[in-house]
Amino acid sequence: MSVFKKLIASAAVASAMFAGPAMAQDNVRIALVVKALGIGFFEAAAEGAEEAAAELGNVEIIYTGPTDTTAEGQIEVINSLIAQNVDAIAVSSNDTDALVPALQRAMQRGITVISWDSGVAPEGRQLHLNPSSNSLIGNMIIKLAADHLPDGGQVALLSATTTSTNQNIWMEEMNKVMGNYPGIEVVATVYGDDLADKSYREATGLMQSYPDLDAIIAPTSVGIVAAAQAVVDAGKVGQVNVTGLGLPSEMAGAIESGASQSFAIWNPIDLGYSATMLAYELSQNGVEAAPGAEIPMGRMGVLTLDDNNEGAMADPFVYDASNIEQFKSIF
Amino acid sequence: MTDTASQRYIPNRLHSRAHRTIRSWEALLLAVAIAIFIVNSFASPYFLNAWNLSDATFNFTEKAMIAFAMAMLIIAGEIDLSVASIIALASTAMGLALQYGAGTPELVVIGLTVGLLCGAFNAVFVTVLGLPSIVVTIGTMSLFRGISYIILGDDAFRGYPASFSWFGQGYIYWVFTVEMLLFVIIAVVYGVVLHKTNFGRAVYAIGNNPTGALFSGIRVQRVKFILFLLTGLMSGVAAVCLTSRLGSTRPSIATGMELEVVTMVVLGGVNILGGSGSIPGVVIAAFVMGLVTFGLGLLNVPGIVMSIFIGLLLIGVIALPRLWTMAVRRRKA
Repeated sequence: MSVFKKLIASAAVASAMFAGPAMAQDNVRIALVVKALGIGFFEAAAEGAEEAAAELGNVEIIYTGPTDTTAEGQIEVINSLIAQNVDAIAVSSNDTDALVPALQRAMQRGITVISWDSGVAPEGRQLHLNPSSNSLIGNMIIKLAADHLPDGGQVALLSATTTSTNQNIWMEEMNKVMGNYPGIEVVATVYGDDLADKSYREATGLMQSYPDLDAIIAPTSVGIVAAAQAVVDAGKVGQVNVTGLGLPSEMAGAIESGASQSFAIWNPIDLGYSATMLAYELSQNGVEAAPGAEIPMGRMGVLTLDDNNEGAMADPFVYDASNIEQFKSIF
Repeated sequence: MTDTASQRYIPNRLHSRAHRTIRSWEALLLAVAIAIFIVNSFASPYFLNAWNLSDATFNFTEKAMIAFAMAMLIIAGEIDLSVASIIALASTAMGLALQYGAGTPELVVIGLTVGLLCGAFNAVFVTVLGLPSIVVTIGTMSLFRGISYIILGDDAFRGYPASFSWFGQGYIYWVFTVEMLLFVIIAVVYGVVLHKTNFGRAVYAIGNNPTGALFSGIRVQRVKFILFLLTGLMSGVAAVCLTSRLGSTRPSIATGMELEVVTMVVLGGVNILGGSGSIPGVVIAAFVMGLVTFGLGLLNVPGIVMSIFIGLLLIGVIALPRLWTMAVRRRKA
């Protein structure tokens, strides 16, 4: 029997350890559920959520998620959040559909549910927060190039594949706003198929075909890195500026070498911050999530909802020499 | 099963002390389960709530259904690591059938049939071709899920009929879910089959000494074939429940579940090398794992820490009896 006694004793110790962080009941508890723990992008989002909580004052952030990016794991997490009767759940989902039944149960029990980053089908959430929108991205990629070309110049696009939906929409949106950037001329569009070596060859080819090229815009994280390398290898740093959409961790070298002046992508800190603000507004201030609604989200301004109750947070965030050090270790 | 087998008494273990250890194992596990239950009630104010506990059972019911069949397979000295992939393939087949207008009964039949076929596929390689089950099922683990990825790619099947959601989301009475009922029925059936029938005796005999079992007149390969079929079938049942609960099918469904099932079986006291173990042990292990993950979840312990905790629990529960006998022996010496 003494084995059992020891076991119960150690269990009691364990319970004493766990009893420590037992929750303060009067706080508003907002759960930030991510795809999986231990991913830099989401750790940064949690940082943003904590910032929002500090600003709001009486908010406790529960940052949680499964170990692997599975829907089943997220459902277990959501079940335990429902059991704790949290005030709001803000989820970046591993599966658009599989989370719906669990989240619907959460809503039935009076819990505010929103999705952010990676969305849930409309019936499983009150609103969805997109990091940005196609039109904002389309505008941003040309603006990034134009900002460094005050006297105008030649730019070329290095995209993924001819059938890549996202890239095609972004380039289409870019074409709509070209009128705002007089003097900027798009001389060519090439496709690197999101392969590093093909993107590299296409970028090299662009510089040979257009000796006066001023910038390469690559709205793909593979293409932008390859293009930056091609510019360095061609000895054209300072003449050809590579920009577009990329990841700070992969682009740090290009910013350092000067092959890229700046590039853009979503800012996970802002995303976590905004998601928390929105969850708070819906759960505490009686804000209704309905098409056309304008919901404040602190320093990030206002979220306007479309017909699917989705909204875009902001322009993609610009990364350059001033902030790359901070973000390159995050994602 | 055969006449010769029924005439002969084949004990679980030859040594009665070892037999006692197994008995005390279940007692130990039960004590652990009760301790965890008590600790959880004190640690979180939300634990002792009928609805919350009901929700918590979803953490283990589907895995336990497979664990019962897996326990018999492991007792017979084989293993099936493809169970989670069978779920993926069975779920994909159901989704595909849905696209062609299948109703709830057809979906269930298809899910179970695909499970059975996958089990038969494994069984042929192991029993007819005589390949090691661990190698075969590591292969089919990639194969079955691979087929799901080919069919579905990045996409998902959705739009299961409302009546289909009864299996994974339905309630029999108050907080008692359909899955709980299935869990109980399956546990009883497997308990009876393993502990009260000639077939069950044969399973133990094969695990302890396949050659001896063969010479005792047990059709070893046929018993193993049936065990693989059963594991496939249970994966099919789990596929129906899980698909119903999620309301959609993606090729990544149930990823990594095979290891959780094996953990549950080993925690339940089944010897991973075959020859011993019991269904009640697996039942208690299912509750232990479910209670631990739910209790830690209520405290918002991150999943990574939870995995560490399950790992420590597994090692701890397995090491304790061994340490105990060592301590007793030292005192005697």
